[in-house]
This record gives sequence, structure tokens and C-alpha cells, in this order.
Amino acid sequence: MRFRQLGRGDQLPHTDLRVTAEDHVDEERYYQLYPGHIPTSPLQKALLSAGSAFMALYNPYRHDMVAVLGETTGSSALRSLRDKMRHDPEGYQILQERPRIRLSTLDVTGLRGLPDGTFGREYVRFLDSNRVSPDTRMPVKFVDDEELAYVIQRYREVHDLMHTLLGMPTNMLGEVVVKWFEAVQTGLPMCILGAVFGPVRLNARKLQILTTELIPWAVQSGRNASCVLNFYYENRWEQTVESLREEIGILHPPAICV
Amino acid sequence: MAASIGAVACRALHSRRHRQLLSVGRGLFSGARCLVAEGETHFGFQDVSETEKGEKVYHVFESVAKKYDIMNDSMSLGIHRLWKDILLHQMNPYPGTQLLDVAGGTGDIAFRFINYVHSQWEHQIKQKLKSHQNLSWEEISKSYQEEELKLPGGSQVVVCDINKEMLKVGKQKAQHLGYSEGLSWVVGNAEELPFNDNKFDVYTIAFGIRNVTHIDQALQEAYRVLKPGGRFLCLEFSQVNNPLISRLYDLYSFQVIPVLGEIIAGDWKSYQYLVESIRRFPAQDEFKAMVEDAGFLKVEYRNLTSGIVAIHSGFKL
Repeated sequence: MRFRQLGRGDQLPHTDLRVTAEDHVDEERYYQLYPGHIPTSPLQKALLSAGSAFMALYNPYRHDMVAVLGETTGSSALRSLRDKMRHDPEGYQILQERPRIRLSTLDVTGLRGLPDGTFGREYVRFLDSNRVSPDTRMPVKFVDDEELAYVIQRYREVHDLMHTLLGMPTNMLGEVVVKWFEAVQTGLPMCILGAVFGPVRLNARKLQILTTELIPWAVQSGRNASCVLNFYYENRWEQTVESLREEIGILHPPAICV
Repeated sequence: MAASIGAVACRALHSRRHRQLLSVGRGLFSGARCLVAEGETHFGFQDVSETEKGEKVYHVFESVAKKYDIMNDSMSLGIHRLWKDILLHQMNPYPGTQLLDVAGGTGDIAFRFINYVHSQWEHQIKQKLKSHQNLSWEEISKSYQEEELKLPGGSQVVVCDINKEMLKVGKQKAQHLGYSEGLSWVVGNAEELPFNDNKFDVYTIAFGIRNVTHIDQALQEAYRVLKPGGRFLCLEFSQVNNPLISRLYDLYSFQVIPVLGEIIAGDWKSYQYLVESIRRFPAQDEFKAMVEDAGFLKVEYRNLTSGIVAIHSGFKL
């Protein structure tokens, strides 16, 4: 999609007037495909990719930069994910119904009441012990296709569920392991970069555990598992974590304290 | 907002050629920068009501306040410091000047004023000492002591801003840098200043006036609070005269600046507003006419960096 920003110096052939503000806002409004969408030119996407990659490494607390990097570099990976979803009955259903995982839509107390070992109970346990909330996911801004924007949003919301299924906490080591799994699963450049560069901030002991046990397991699971976006997790809270892992194809986690 | 979205949706159905004809029509009757209708104004390239503009501008500066200085340095590659230094040189304040810095938020102009007045004062003392070779030690130490207790000659700068977050950042900076004497911070609206008539020697507004909803009212207030003989100085983004530089400037403004805003401050939209509001602001001569309309005399402007920025100056006589 060619999106050229008109500057003040541009002359329109039929008028003597320079480009006015009205032309500029028309072009922008044309391309706003979903709430929060910010249309960007190829140059802007390139600058955003470079800048967000740098900033994410420089300041790992800038989660918004990781999100931006994913959006600006992920178009071909997102397209193949979307195609995988279209060709799977459960994935297709998700694309049609567009479920969102949010505190307002989750029945957290109900989930907490489920028996131990069920997916719902373990997910809430993960949220409580890591003190995170599903509502802190960044909204999508720079994806120029409305369906792909949903796919990446779904990927973000499923990320916490991956933590639960892989049994990984939200510390740096746990996040890197999940990134390796997601890199194999999705092919998103942001995941690949996160997987490769994430470990630079780990100490030697953690690096050793990572390379000898956790990464091989994460990569094998990622290869073995079917596409994680093709599961309607909201219908599977009562399923046990073990059986869900088996169904997806995630191998049993190594017995290590992360 | 709803009305403008509806209008845009209508326009979206037309072809580009039709759009050009529409803009010719609009251009013939109103010119690109006039108000769309009574009570409506612009917020960047959007059309909004006047109250909406005030609120939106407030929110923009509320969210950028903490990263304001670092963003200024990144966007202008540090050149904004030179622009502000040039403004102070043009002002050339002497010790004893009462300065009102409107939209002065984070204090850049105020701090420069204090530094300038200090160095002028030191210069004056040196001159005095040179001519009075037989001062006693008591007298010499007294004249240096005065400098420590208050700003030389009783100079005063009042920083006035409508946005509390910006003032907060400014006060923290002042504390951090050690500025305390002769400096005060006031919350106020440039269109309705909380000061009496004929109070100040110099009124400055640096990179603030384009955010004001009613620029003419702000200019009238400036005239009111200045003493007779007082000077009005405005440092603001303006129109570039060179077509090549203009293209590069547009490219940089629209392609790079919002990206910088997103990367550094996590805020694309505020910086999109910034570059749009620059284009909406009147050109040098048009603004000069507005300043003259407010009653100022000997109104002049001076372009900096090919007109990216201009300093307008006028006197209340």
C-alpha cells in the first residue's frame, strides 16, 4: 500500500494553492482501518523498526518498543499465521468471532474456583504469582491490515497463556524461553530477535541452563506443536494443563526451577 | 469531531480530482488557514471546537512534559538551544529587568535570562572596579555579597504556563540546577493573564503561541501587561522560504519526528500534532500584522535557520 505524505511544498496540477491541511487529513483518515491505527509510510516503518529495536535492547522495560517492533516487521509472518488460522476449523472460528482476553471478559473468580491442574486455575495462578494482568497488552497501531491487526493482538493475548502452558515465569529467563518457543511457532522477526538478543542480559549460570536444557526443549516443542493460535482457549478453561499440552503438542517441561 | 469525521467520510467518496476542485473553491473564499465556522478552530490538521482545542492541547503537554527537554534535543539535534540563546541575545536584558515568560513551562528561557543577567552584572562590576581603583575591601566584598542574596539589580522572571505538569518539570529542573532567586512560577492562561497592567519590561513566548486558541487575545494580553517602553518577543516555528529546504524540512517533520516521538516518548500522536500545528501557524508577515494589530510598534521579525524559526519583536510605546 503506497502511502505518501504530502508536504507543504507539493503543487497540485490544477491549482495554484500549495497542499492544504485538508488534503493531508483526508489521506490519513482514508487509511485508518481500525481504532488506534496509525498509517505509516515504508520509510516510517523502517525508522520505527530500527529505533524500537535499539530502544528495546537499551531499556528492556520498554515493552511498548517490543510491541512496535513486532508490528513493523511482522507482516509476512502475520500473513502466514492468518492463513494457518483460516485453514483450521478452530482457528477459523477465532478469526470470525474475534474473542479478546481481558479482565472485563474473564470470570477470574470462577477460574480461581476451578480444580488445581486445570488450565483456567493455573492461568489465574500465573497471573497472581507474577502479578500481571491481561489488560496490559499494547493496542495495535502500525499494522496496515485490519485482520492481521487482530492476529497480532490475539498473539499478544495468547502470550500469557503460553507462559502458563510452558510453565515459565515472567522473569528475563522465562521470557526468553517463551520467545524461543514463539519464534519457532510464529516466525515473527520480533520473536527471533528477542530470542537471540534476550540472553545477553543473563548471568552465566542462567545462560548455561538456558542453552543446555531450556532452549532445546522450547525449540522441539515449538516444532512439534501445531499452531498455538488455532486453539479457542476461552472454551478450554476446564481442561487440564497436561491434556491441553498433549493436544497442542508441547513437550513436558524440564524439571528446573526458573 | 463527529461532524468532521462525517465530512471526511463524504470527501472520501470523491475522487482526488474532485478534491482538488473543492480545495480551489475553499481556497478562493476562505484561504487555507481561516476558521471553518464560528466557534471552530484547528488542532493540527483536524477541525475541532474551540473548547476542544484547549483541552486537547492541555493533554498533549501533560503527556509530553517529562520527556519535553529530551525530545526537543532529539528533534532539533540540539539546535533549539541556539535559537533560545539568540533570543536572549536579541533581548539583551540589563540587570533589573522584569521578565514575563509565557508558556515557559520547563524554564529554558527563564534560566537563560538568569544566566545572562548574572554575566551582565559581573561584567558591570568588573567595569566599576576598574574605574574605582580606591574602593575599600569592605565595599568590594559588599558588592559581591549582593549578588548572592538576590538576582542582580532586582531582576525578576515570572514563568507563566497553563499546564501544571510542565511547570512541575520546570520547578524540578530549577531545583536541580540551583536556580532559586528572582524566579517564580505561576499557572495562567496566555489569553487571560493573572497580572496587572503595565507590570513587565519584557514579555516572551517561546514555542507557545501556536498552541493558543485565540492568538489575538494572547497578543492583546501581552500588550496590556507590558510597561510603556516594554518589549514583546516571540520565538516560534514559521514558514521556510527556500523550496529545497522546505521539502527536506517537510520530509523530516512528517516522516521522522512522529517516529522519534514514538521511540523516545512512546507518544506518536502528540508529535504528529506538533508538526501539524507548525504548518497551521501564520507565516512571518501575517503574524507580524497580527502583532501590529495588538498595538505594538516597530514590529520586526528575523528568520533563523532559513525560516524554520522566526523571532518577532515589537514595542509598546
